[in-house]
Amino acid sequence: MIQIKLHPHAFDPLQSIQTFQQQAEFRAAAYGANAIFIGTMRDFNQGDDIVAMHLEHYAGMTERQLQDLTEQVLTQYPVDHVLIEHRVGDIVPADAIVVVAVWSAHRKLAFAACRELMEALKRDAPFWKHEVLADGSRRWVEHNTAG
Amino acid sequence: MSIKVLFFGSLKEQINKAQVLVDYVEPLTAAQLWQQVTGKEAIPNTVRVAVNQSYSDASTILHEGDEVAFFPPVTGG
Repeated sequence: MIQIKLHPHAFDPLQSIQTFQQQAEFRAAAYGANAIFIGTMRDFNQGDDIVAMHLEHYAGMTERQLQDLTEQVLTQYPVDHVLIEHRVGDIVPADAIVVVAVWSAHRKLAFAACRELMEALKRDAPFWKHEVLADGSRRWVEHNTAG
Repeated sequence: MSIKVLFFGSLKEQINKAQVLVDYVEPLTAAQLWQQVTGKEAIPNTVRVAVNQSYSDASTILHEGDEVAFFPPVTGG
């Protein structure tokens, strides 16, 4: 299964994973490995305190791009299931931004697929962060960190 | 028919537009559309181009009804 979802409001990534695992197609005994990456919002960036952020996205292309990059990664790392959920809209520090979870028989593939999915999302999924600093000023994050 | 042009992120503020409708006159490439809408020269290397919600490039030939987006490096995740 590939499941992709955007959240306009705060979400709990662990709850999302639990809900995913409750589907009929999910056979828990078939997977020996579950790799999970959860990204959350920091309250600092480039030496400044950050109090809030707006996550802009290109509606339509975002979902399509996430689906495409997942299918692409699966050709190289054929795990059994992929769950990607990403926040959009107004967020505050400590909020979850993204969860990428994969299930496979063994850890090597699970780790590799999870990492590659996250890197592909960072590289190609059309989201843009607009930070609100402690003094009330706003600025666009112009590039992602190297990781 | 026209072409819908979208701008996102910091580029939206630099151009001071989020969305523009442009009359279609063939032939038209994404690079020519950029010049027409922004009044600027070549598309900067950092600006990415999407046609009908898929990544594309400056030389792409556009068609009536296309949706074209220009945006800065993405910063999700």
